[in-house]
Amino acid sequence: PQLLLRRRPASAGAFALLARPASSASGGLPPLTTEIHPGIKRGAFSQLTDADVSAFEAIVGGDHVIKDADEVLSYNIDWLRICRGQGQLVLRPKTTEEVSAIVRHCNKRRLAVVPQGGNTGLVGGSVPLFDEIVISTSRMNSLLSIDPVSGVLVAEAGCVLEQLDREAASQGLMMPLDLGAKGSCQIGGNLATNAGGLRLLRYGSLRGTTLGLEAVLPTGQVLDCLTTLRKDNTGYDIKQLLIGSEGTLGIITKAAILCPARPKSVQLAFLGLDSFQAVLDTYRLARRSLGEILSAFEFIDSESMRAVKKNLGLSCPLGEHSFYVLAETSGSNETHDREKLDGFIESVMSMDGCATDGTVAQDAGQFAHLWSLRERIVESLLVDGYEYKYDVSLPLADIYRLVEHMRTRLDGRVIRTAGYGHLGDGNLHLNFTTPKFDAKVLELIEPHVFDWVRDRRGSVSAEHGLGLKKSQYIRHSKADFAVRVMAEVKRLLDPNGIMNPYKVLPDE
Amino acid sequence: KYIHIINKADMAASKGLKILVGCKRVIDYAVKVRVKPDRSGVVTEGVKHSMNPFDEIAVEEAVRMKEKKLAGEAVAISVGPPQSQETLRTALAMGIDRAIHVEIPLAQLEKLQPIHVSKLLAKVCESEKPDLVILGKQAIDDDCNQTGQMLAALLDWPQATFASKIEPSQDSKQLRVTREVDGGLETIDVSVPAVVTSDLRLNEPRYATLPNIMKAKKKPLAKMSPDQLGVDLQPRQEVISVEDPPVRKAGAKVESVEDLVGKLREKGLVK
Repeated sequence: PQLLLRRRPASAGAFALLARPASSASGGLPPLTTEIHPGIKRGAFSQLTDADVSAFEAIVGGDHVIKDADEVLSYNIDWLRICRGQGQLVLRPKTTEEVSAIVRHCNKRRLAVVPQGGNTGLVGGSVPLFDEIVISTSRMNSLLSIDPVSGVLVAEAGCVLEQLDREAASQGLMMPLDLGAKGSCQIGGNLATNAGGLRLLRYGSLRGTTLGLEAVLPTGQVLDCLTTLRKDNTGYDIKQLLIGSEGTLGIITKAAILCPARPKSVQLAFLGLDSFQAVLDTYRLARRSLGEILSAFEFIDSESMRAVKKNLGLSCPLGEHSFYVLAETSGSNETHDREKLDGFIESVMSMDGCATDGTVAQDAGQFAHLWSLRERIVESLLVDGYEYKYDVSLPLADIYRLVEHMRTRLDGRVIRTAGYGHLGDGNLHLNFTTPKFDAKVLELIEPHVFDWVRDRRGSVSAEHGLGLKKSQYIRHSKADFAVRVMAEVKRLLDPNGIMNPYKVLPDE
Repeated sequence: KYIHIINKADMAASKGLKILVGCKRVIDYAVKVRVKPDRSGVVTEGVKHSMNPFDEIAVEEAVRMKEKKLAGEAVAISVGPPQSQETLRTALAMGIDRAIHVEIPLAQLEKLQPIHVSKLLAKVCESEKPDLVILGKQAIDDDCNQTGQMLAALLDWPQATFASKIEPSQDSKQLRVTREVDGGLETIDVSVPAVVTSDLRLNEPRYATLPNIMKAKKKPLAKMSPDQLGVDLQPRQEVISVEDPPVRKAGAKVESVEDLVGKLREKGLVK
């Protein structure tokens, strides 16, 4: 059965709708990443030659080798427009064999490459730094199969997440993850970054829902782990190395995903609360009363709501509160779910110091509107000018302490300090905005915010990954020996270091 | 014939109008509708339903009139399956005082038409004696735009359809309704009791707040059957088939005026 969950039919995700500012920082192009990070030196890679270009043309065909500077430029700039690389060439293969041939050639010639899917990453991991060759998976966009009985979907890495979700819907299934970028991000990239999103609370991470994958390793060899079996304990699970490797251990070319059944009934409660303790109490209540049907639990602070109202002109049906919570349920029976939701609301209203104000979406229009108040926060903050984004995991009680601490620390230096995120996952999104990039503000933020998180044994990157921007902070959340083991794995799989260099692992 | 006379000198000073609001449970407007394989209708099983958007506007208007003290009591009514109770709860949560559910057995549901609904509503008006009936101008599933007009005719009451504004008339003895018509806006005065149908720009419906959602559960919801009301639900029409609209064929681009004229000639559209 068809059920529009969160999007109006014509829309394609918040990121696709976003009219990006021409440039947040400089009124034109973002500065070259090499200028922002002058300390990073180009690796001992070869230079691209005409012979290389001819070889690539022979593999993918002349039409799919992009050399034109203007076209290549867009592949060099990340979604947040804080990075600009100097890649000269973009390749757009159609098949795994083509990818394998390309990578084999690059490995032999010692040419650095950057795998790129939807280019919606937020840590500068999907664009070149120097002259790396971009290998785009966009043409590898075939859905290979959906099994309505087992729920297993097999697709090529370049399939856009939202389109996969639509295909799954036609079989009564849904993709197990959902994020604001769904209109543009590709499943290969989702796997490479172990993307989290709004539904991790209910369906778990891609590490659990990915049954198999196929990838091209940095030597050009094809790694076929594309099984559709739910259980297969035969040997080491190598695909887990690739998931979350952010394109540094290989290029994922196909994936087999276990899709849950599409819920028949989705409900959304939107609450206004006046303290963070109330948010935590409400969460506890939600887990108890809504338990198995709870599918999302997000919180938004008043500063984020102010940004969404002022910068995007969206209206909030509740009055001014210090915090807002979105609690979504997904289940198979509307009557049962409404009953559970009613029970939850009754508890919330009668608990002292809990939600004082709230509403329940009555139709799909209200549902989409309420979700947009959360999903469009990133977009609204970009309107301020320049956005400094942080994504951390912390013990629940500490989540808002960090926001208050940083707000005090940056008082007067920033337009706003906004805190919101996946409360159910212990994941805070902490953003600061200034009219233009301000190095002094960045100095006040980093490494202080990462040290604060480290001191509370949190993660300096809950779901966005390390990419380029956070690679030097890996030891804040991982023991040194663990990092050295990672480096060994990298050396093993990528002896020439050509696969997305300068990313994830620190430069040593 | 049903005649109801109001003796009010000044509408604002009286205890206010009694309003009856019609709500229909329809497939949610954001859902992609699918035709059943046997072409007998559309798939409704397991599909999200909600209140007809124009009825939401009607409910909102009734609640606002109460808040402005123009109305004293607002009653919501829905003719439909058991799940129509959900729709009525939404109306109650928005501020309606009580609700009436005329339950239609599943077998007769698909063949229910505006003529039946208007007869049922007319019967309810006999006992409830509202001063004003507000209905959505049309339902988004059948797009008939008939129930309000038929009801007014059955009751022999004045009607003001496609309302974008409802206010007391200058002498406060009637209602001044602004209607959306093809040429623009038409303003008419109607005496009560009357039937008004709501158009899109009448208002923007509110979100139901939690305290009201809780209160709604305790508000009275009465059930009635078509038999009790003595209305015959015999269908007057038979749906032969329901089909998808034809797939839009791709257009063609032409390079020049000559090409265009040539193509038009080919298709026999010009001599």
